[in-house]
Amino acid sequence: MPEEFKPGCARPTGGPVGETAKTEDTRQETKPKETRPMIQVGKKAPDFSAPAYLNGKFVNVNLSEYLGKWVVLCFYPGDFTFV
Amino acid sequence: MSIDSVFVHKMWNDYELSKMVDGGVPFPMMSDAGGKVGTIYGVYDDDAGVETRGRFIIDPDGVVQGFEVLTPPVGRNVSESLRQIQAFQLVRESKGTEATPSGWKPGKLTLKPGVDLVGKVWEVWKTDMAFD
Repeated sequence: MPEEFKPGCARPTGGPVGETAKTEDTRQETKPKETRPMIQVGKKAPDFSAPAYLNGKFVNVNLSEYLGKWVVLCFYPGDFTFV
Repeated sequence: MSIDSVFVHKMWNDYELSKMVDGGVPFPMMSDAGGKVGTIYGVYDDDAGVETRGRFIIDPDGVVQGFEVLTPPVGRNVSESLRQIQAFQLVRESKGTEATPSGWKPGKLTLKPGVDLVGKVWEVWKTDMAFD
């Protein structure tokens, strides 16, 4: 089952203080868009872990937890949108 | 899943969606800050910074059986998603011995692909069966 976590104000980002962090640009150079994995029917879905709100709790959800069940994974532009 | 935080998900569920659905949303409302998951699934719009209306049907083995992606202004057809899931479940339960032709919905004719059916689909399946 999804594991509950305590909500906080901020999540850590970036690298250690005083050290040069990798810039977006250098990462994009080494990863051209053409090589992005594409979703294909008949092939396994990419696994992921994501924070979620479920029944009054904040939980972490891994797609792999749902192996053995049918899953409908929906993306949408934003909360409080109308469509 | 959207780029909104879990805090915004909570507010949307508690203040609006729970007024549409008794008890609120019964499944996880996932947060994808930065669109990392959406990028892998090919539904993140870099320019707008949001995710488009992508819908993926994943079977119990983790295999993607189907997907649909729409631009934001047009909503989905939930009945069609349910119909597809019912069709994929039927095919899976039959271990691939049955297939659902165009326009199939529960109760309608299925096909049993095999050497006897070659060139004979027209005898059992009529074009008006493609429509409701």
